[in-house]
Amino acid sequence: MSGNEAAAEGAMRAGCRFYAGYPITPQNEIIAYMADHLPLRGGVFVQAESELAAINMLYGASAAGVRCMTSSSSPGVSLKQEGISYLAGSELPAVIVNISRAGPGLGDIGPSQGDYFQTTRGGGHGDYRCPALAPSTVQEMAEFTYLAFELADTYRNPVVVQGDGMVGQMMEPVALDHLRPPRPHQKPWALTGAAGRPRNIVRSFRGVKGELEKHNIKLQEKYDEIKRTEVRCVKIACEEADVLVVAYGTCARIAREVIAWPPRRLPGRVGLLRPVTLWPFPCRQIAELAERVRGVLTVEMNAGQMVEDVRLAVEGRCPVHLLRRMGGAVPTAREIADKLVALFG
Amino acid sequence: MRETRTVRCETLYARPQCLIDVPTHYCAGCGHGTVHRVLAEIIDELGIRERTIGIAPVGCAVLAYDYIDIDWSEAAHGRPPAVATGLKRVRPDRIVFTYQGDGDLASIGMAETIHAANRGENITVIFINNAVYGMTQGQMAPTTLVGQKTKTTPRGRDPEQDGYPIRVCELLSGFDRVRFLARATVTSAARVRRMKKLLKKAFRYQIERVGFSLVEVLSPCPTYWRMTPVECCEFIEETMVKSFPLGVIKDVSAGEDGDR
Repeated sequence: MSGNEAAAEGAMRAGCRFYAGYPITPQNEIIAYMADHLPLRGGVFVQAESELAAINMLYGASAAGVRCMTSSSSPGVSLKQEGISYLAGSELPAVIVNISRAGPGLGDIGPSQGDYFQTTRGGGHGDYRCPALAPSTVQEMAEFTYLAFELADTYRNPVVVQGDGMVGQMMEPVALDHLRPPRPHQKPWALTGAAGRPRNIVRSFRGVKGELEKHNIKLQEKYDEIKRTEVRCVKIACEEADVLVVAYGTCARIAREVIAWPPRRLPGRVGLLRPVTLWPFPCRQIAELAERVRGVLTVEMNAGQMVEDVRLAVEGRCPVHLLRRMGGAVPTAREIADKLVALFG
Repeated sequence: MRETRTVRCETLYARPQCLIDVPTHYCAGCGHGTVHRVLAEIIDELGIRERTIGIAPVGCAVLAYDYIDIDWSEAAHGRPPAVATGLKRVRPDRIVFTYQGDGDLASIGMAETIHAANRGENITVIFINNAVYGMTQGQMAPTTLVGQKTKTTPRGRDPEQDGYPIRVCELLSGFDRVRFLARATVTSAARVRRMKKLLKKAFRYQIERVGFSLVEVLSPCPTYWRMTPVECCEFIEETMVKSFPLGVIKDVSAGEDGDR
């Protein structure tokens, strides 16, 4: 199946029972799959009038205690940012799948990682963060979307599955049997009608002096806990590496191919660190490797966004370089190899 | 010899059970307090407190959840119909209403209003029309009257530049899945009783799964109309009702149109 369909299937296997979305390329297979399958599996599908409406429908479904998801691509996800800020401020779990495309503006429908800043810095107004998972295979589109629901409920926070047009559109075999129905999370805060309990209020508004700062401190403590416990990354051939490549999503797929090339075509032993969580970012793991490699090459389909986080993690321990493609262009394996040879050969 | 007599006392009027006994933040003469009370009476009388969920707006009624003792959700400015859609679709047996002002419902949230209405979401919308943005100090609303002076129409609303006030009930009346539309006001005891009757009907329709209903309430804003509360009531009765006629605009009860 396609990556987009895998994300939708992973969501349903995670117990997603409400989906609202608006058409946009290159994620239309998600909305179509949901429209086809979700109502037959006990869920609710709504084609929303806009991205704004879709994300706010999630606010309502999530407030009612139901697992819910929306999906879109970059321009549509920009529109959702206000709603994501409200979800984070109200501590409501929800999953947002972003199959990003190239910008700025309408840009084009080619794959891009240009939303990295938006995704990892919160994206909307105010101080908040959303855990962000970056799949690089169709299998991971299913697994990470499933995982996103668990993280969202565990931390009562929106979670982003940050794909791109390439992993969304490509087709690969997928194993799904291990994505078993999850254990339900207790949601005593949910709006179900105040029967036999004091009423619940779901809100981000804190109008009493001092209350909003307290709420923000509580949120930051939660984000600190996520940073301590939820960092995920994959290291390939890093133990003996002289040079380190850092790449995620589609770029990681291509880089993985390169590091398996015969050593004579590369400048020594090249390792790959692939962040799975873009936030929280694998800072410690990168810093440890930076102690003993000659340098780091970051490969991205944007003007150089994650490279800033890599530099913050490396803290000058070794040089950090960037190979970038923009506007829907995808780096080739040869480009990466040539850049490695030029830098470290 | 003293005569003893048993006097039977009967409570004829009391605070509704679900109306929380706190002073509200509303200005003197504002209509929100009256509508809150009527809403609380209806929730009590229909016996739906334990299965009702309210959606509070952004605007003067942002704190509505401080006054009525039910489950409540906040919503971003203009988005209550979308939030209500998500809630009601996953909890169809609960009673879901939105409480919205004119800026929220008819300006920034017009798309959500129209589409929730067109889908025929089985929710009740309470629309407070005071022809002005109260919370942000009295700017022009989509329902501001022609010639009405506000912070952003200092020389009065000019239709050549700002268009005419939007009649929400009339606008929605053409949608097939909209079941009940009515406009009321709070300028006298009789008007309040009428408003209650209409609003109660809207809630009954939701309970009976008839579909989308909206009750608009013309509501005084003494602070930003620069009038006394009494002058506000006179203004509604003499001027505002000319642009926003009172009454039932649409009433399609269950089963009449064969669409269900």
